[in-house]
Amino acid sequence: MLLEKTNLVKSGDNETFVLNLGPQHPATHGVLRVKLTMDGEYITRAEPVPGYIHRMHEKMGENRTWAQFLPNTSRIDYLSAMHYTHAYVAAVERAAGIEVPLRAEYIRVITSELNRISSHLVWFGAFILDLGGFTPLLYAFDDREKILDLLESVTGARLTYCYYRFGGLCNDVDSDFITGTKEFIEYLKPRLEMYRQLVTNNIILKKRLEGIGPISAEMCRKYGATGPVIRGAGVACDVRRVEPYSVYPELDFEIPVYHEADCMARYLVRMDEMYQSLRILEQAIAKLPEGPIMGKVQKSVKVPAGDYYFAVEASRGRFAVRIVSDGKEIPYRLKLRAPSFSNLSLFEEASQGMMLPDALALMGSLDLVIPDIDR
Amino acid sequence: MKKALGELLSGFVSLLTGMRITLRQFFMKDVTVRYPHEALKMPKRYRGHIVFVRDAESGKSLCIACKSCEKACPSDCIVVDGIKREGEKRKSVTDFNLDFTRCSLCGSCVEVCPVDALEFSKNYNLASTRKDVYQIDLVKRMEDGPK
Repeated sequence: MLLEKTNLVKSGDNETFVLNLGPQHPATHGVLRVKLTMDGEYITRAEPVPGYIHRMHEKMGENRTWAQFLPNTSRIDYLSAMHYTHAYVAAVERAAGIEVPLRAEYIRVITSELNRISSHLVWFGAFILDLGGFTPLLYAFDDREKILDLLESVTGARLTYCYYRFGGLCNDVDSDFITGTKEFIEYLKPRLEMYRQLVTNNIILKKRLEGIGPISAEMCRKYGATGPVIRGAGVACDVRRVEPYSVYPELDFEIPVYHEADCMARYLVRMDEMYQSLRILEQAIAKLPEGPIMGKVQKSVKVPAGDYYFAVEASRGRFAVRIVSDGKEIPYRLKLRAPSFSNLSLFEEASQGMMLPDALALMGSLDLVIPDIDR
Repeated sequence: MKKALGELLSGFVSLLTGMRITLRQFFMKDVTVRYPHEALKMPKRYRGHIVFVRDAESGKSLCIACKSCEKACPSDCIVVDGIKREGEKRKSVTDFNLDFTRCSLCGSCVEVCPVDALEFSKNYNLASTRKDVYQIDLVKRMEDGPK
């Protein structure tokens, strides 16, 4: 049974030492510090110390107008900026009762799914890099560059897009973008097949991932882990399906689920998600209607007093925005529910008794983005 | 014994597959350009720091110093001032300072401008060791250079 901890420490003596993993360690992808208590090569306790790049995004939201917070949303999780902006604008739209034109919703889905693929490609490259393989990173970044070029031609930025507005989008996509995306879909399919041959089928990767770092569905529920982590534990939990938003109900796609609950399961979930995103892209482009890209919105958005909530499926899991308004022009409270924080929370329990290199594989499979944890 | 041999064989297959893919990549076209000798073209919508749009006839700025951009800016990095000259219908701009160290290139100022007097520059070579380089005076910048 995979979920049993196979390599638990059995020694009774207290000869442990403390190892600082981070805040400047290449395997932690940013400034995350993990205080490891080690018994030889085995971890007895792993205490994550987040907060090195805490930027008070929630507090910032409380002292600027609704629209002025928009640029912040791209900077929380810089790899899936589109989803985060989507959650925020959709929360405000729900609160203020703003209708979004259908074309804008389709373009939101197209750009969000492109963003999801680019985010997974970064994770793919960085994860394999953690495990000691350098080449796939360069291939993945080459592919990602094509997505960034596409999104840059539409939004004007490569990472901090800030593309959605309350009630629509800031500018329309052109035919170059549509043909570019179509070409990209055809380009990526053989590339994903190449990754399967080069990486997924590789015996070294299999040995590093299969049966390593079990995270049960129960543990996911305990810590609130979402996204590929819980889908790798056999639970088909995807906000796009369980709390449908935008035009996702009109599109046909599958939620990849693996029951092994190990690092390999989480790896395969993300690889399959890229295929599913391509499927969504194909359908959304085929269905893309003509029409306006902005709904009827007042110049300064007024949010009636109340408590509003909106969740989206970001690349790392459920991202939700809760806004509390007292009817003024600035939010009373803005709460951001970041998936990486919950996914990190289970690391302490999950890594207990693991060997250090396996724990790094586990950490990589969680796909942590540190600014997302700290916010 | 059988298992060990099986692993050895699949390891060998993995190795060959990897070699084949890497070798094929070796003969493909370069994806990088030799910056700074070559540079990529910036897309039309690229968001650099803001600059004034010139009036096609007079060559002056279209800005009417209404301060909408100053208010819209989330980072408080714009300071605008203007006067109303005699014989002119609208106010004209005298000072427009952009503190680029605080700008997050969100484009709120460009969007909010009622007369479309602002646009994004395509300039991205902005590295410097001095802070005052990033205090951009848009009025002076427009008067000095062709653009």
